[in-house]
Amino acid sequence: MSKILLAHGSGGKLTHDLIKNVILKKYGNTILRNLSDAAVFELKKAGRLAFTTDSFVVDPVIFEGGDIGKLSVCGTVNDLAVSGAVPLYISCSLIIEEGLDKALLSRIIDSMAKEAKAAGVLIITGDTKVVERGNADKIFINTSGIGIVRYKKPISTDRIKAGDKIVINGTIADHGISVLLAREELGFKGGVKSDCASLHRLILTVLKKCSNVKFMRDPTRGGLATTMNEIASGMPFGIRLFEENIPLNESTKAACELLGLDPLYIGNEGKVVMILPEKEAGRAVAAMRSHRLGRRARIIGEVTSDYAGRVIVRTRVGGERIADMLSKEALPRIC
Amino acid sequence: MCLGIPMKVVSKKGDKAEVRSDKTARQIGIGLLKDIRVGDYVIVHAGFAIEKVDEKRAKETLDIIKEISL
Amino acid sequence: MRYVDEYRDLKLAGRLSRKIKDFAGREERSYKFMEVCGTHTNTFFRFGLKSLLPENVRLISGPGCPVCVTDTPYIDNAILLARSKDVIIVTFGDMLKVPGGSSSLYEERSEGRDIRIVYSTLDALNIAVQNPSKKVIFLAVGFETTSPTVALAALEAKNKKIKNFFIYSAHKLIPPAMKALLKDKDARIDGFMLPAHVSTIIGADAYGFLRKARIPGVISGFEPLDMMQGVLMLIRQLKADEARIEIQYNRVVKKRGNTRAQRILDKVFTVSDADWRGLGTIPRSGLKLRREFGDLDAERHFRIKRVSRATGQRYCLCAEILKGKNSPEECRHFAKACTPEGPKGPCMVSSEGSCSIHYKYGAGR
Repeated sequence: MSKILLAHGSGGKLTHDLIKNVILKKYGNTILRNLSDAAVFELKKAGRLAFTTDSFVVDPVIFEGGDIGKLSVCGTVNDLAVSGAVPLYISCSLIIEEGLDKALLSRIIDSMAKEAKAAGVLIITGDTKVVERGNADKIFINTSGIGIVRYKKPISTDRIKAGDKIVINGTIADHGISVLLAREELGFKGGVKSDCASLHRLILTVLKKCSNVKFMRDPTRGGLATTMNEIASGMPFGIRLFEENIPLNESTKAACELLGLDPLYIGNEGKVVMILPEKEAGRAVAAMRSHRLGRRARIIGEVTSDYAGRVIVRTRVGGERIADMLSKEALPRIC
Repeated sequence: MCLGIPMKVVSKKGDKAEVRSDKTARQIGIGLLKDIRVGDYVIVHAGFAIEKVDEKRAKETLDIIKEISL
Repeated sequence: MRYVDEYRDLKLAGRLSRKIKDFAGREERSYKFMEVCGTHTNTFFRFGLKSLLPENVRLISGPGCPVCVTDTPYIDNAILLARSKDVIIVTFGDMLKVPGGSSSLYEERSEGRDIRIVYSTLDALNIAVQNPSKKVIFLAVGFETTSPTVALAALEAKNKKIKNFFIYSAHKLIPPAMKALLKDKDARIDGFMLPAHVSTIIGADAYGFLRKARIPGVISGFEPLDMMQGVLMLIRQLKADEARIEIQYNRVVKKRGNTRAQRILDKVFTVSDADWRGLGTIPRSGLKLRREFGDLDAERHFRIKRVSRATGQRYCLCAEILKGKNSPEECRHFAKACTPEGPKGPCMVSSEGSCSIHYKYGAGR
């Protein structure tokens, strides 16, 4: 039997076999092994907690540089990390389409387990459902996560002021382009690797060196331009980005040109944008560069007193333009 | 709609060729052009090469821009 | 990237900008140029070229977005086709959101119709080969850049005897649309920035009518330095009281164009009258399949009635915007009732439409 059947989600023997042989084997930890209705655990001297949830529906489920399993761990770890938290525990809910290859499921579970281990988080509770063919696309994953916030200063847009600098830990648009190129119907052979990665260690490295980080966010869906707009919108300051300083892989740039897409609007899964005072910005870049995931870190922009609420891009030819929120589904624009 | 990107021809077979821009490659049709050679740069629009890029003239254009903007 | 990055050089752009400002910026007169092609509009906004030109030099967008000018009856027919049994509709991405009379292909797809987006006509042909029990209809939109690629696919379908591939042509021609614009006396245009890739196919000689009208034209490439040099060349001609067709993009465009592509186009398509959204019917401005390719012609096979609606819609200023008489910001619906999420007028629909580009780059808000 190499396919997932509806019975695998019925709660009967097949469900138990699946959980025992595929999932527990890979996520094994004492809290999960109880298989109780809820995970029960202690947080010593917890103080402030961060709690987040996210669902993953990427198509295709495997792309260069990652897959939906790795993504579902990194995404939740990163949401906790940009809130200033140290991620500890995550949950994992699988919604599987009937007929999914068991080998593919096993690969995805494997990849979740590996990423969780590498990131030092435990998967301590979960659920598995199987739906009829056509009612889901291969597999959807929901993960929730809990972490402890140890950073003293609040991470809040309220603290951002004109003159602050904007720092990123590396190249943009790699994830979105990697996924697009993996879609067979577009007919491209890719060379673009997703940046999908857990960022909490890199972020902690910076937080240790910089006591005044004002805000952090991971520019996922909608890309860097959309994230910057979320920050500036309705605020008494504007944001100016310098296009030539924004790191971009040559292969990603080429693919963007080919597909008629603007890399500023393409999603990332291993990037964090930080806003901090000018005098800490250099230190933040240096701290990032000391970490494997931040070698190409740079200051890419600044907070301005003009253009309140807006994001301005100084283009690579020296012109200025406004970068708005992403307003449409980013279809490959051949037109 | 009329987006067209210069890409390098890396191989060809009949009226199809593989073109590449950095690491991204695609198979395209070359039926609109004759005498395409491996190594040529072509303008790719909607999966077809619509013209060759003339290297000499490309350089001349840049020289002219440099000159007039002095 | 070769032949791309060189034409995006920061220093050279700065120098060209100063040159244009020195050359024209101190003059009393103003310059109003129309860029015919939406790809030029996109470069202009994406690279913020407006801030690099003096205030008395203006670029306005013309009718060069094929998706925008595709009229409502065509979309309605495409939707009817999508609803029929055993049909796969194949098209370029931007077509999905174009509003028809009461629905769009995007809405139809969410209802479960089989509507697929492709990058190339060849991909459409492959879908036909892979789905022999389905009728695959390619919605063929585009100007002279795109139509030769469709012509090649038609030839291949005929040669390989692919019986389930159909073409529904809404192909349009640029020179007749420009001629129609010139007839309008209110549209005072000092010069044309001519499209890079349409001209690659049709050649510089196709614009002879501009010389007769005493209006200068420059075929410019789509990179920022190309466009800036094109602007400078147009100003030079006007100062010298000339009206020539110059080729700035001569690394690709030839005087006579791509004659092989022209021959292939002519083999498959014949010139016909066409309905333009916003502009109405323009004589001899479209392409339909020749009789010899009747088996591939969706209009013939599915007995599509050609409904001509000579008047453009009156809801918004799109017609005036397509003619270059008004800018998007001057339309009372712009960024209010009409946005990319809920487009009302055609210029907001496609990512190459001038309203959509103005909106995306935040002009006027």
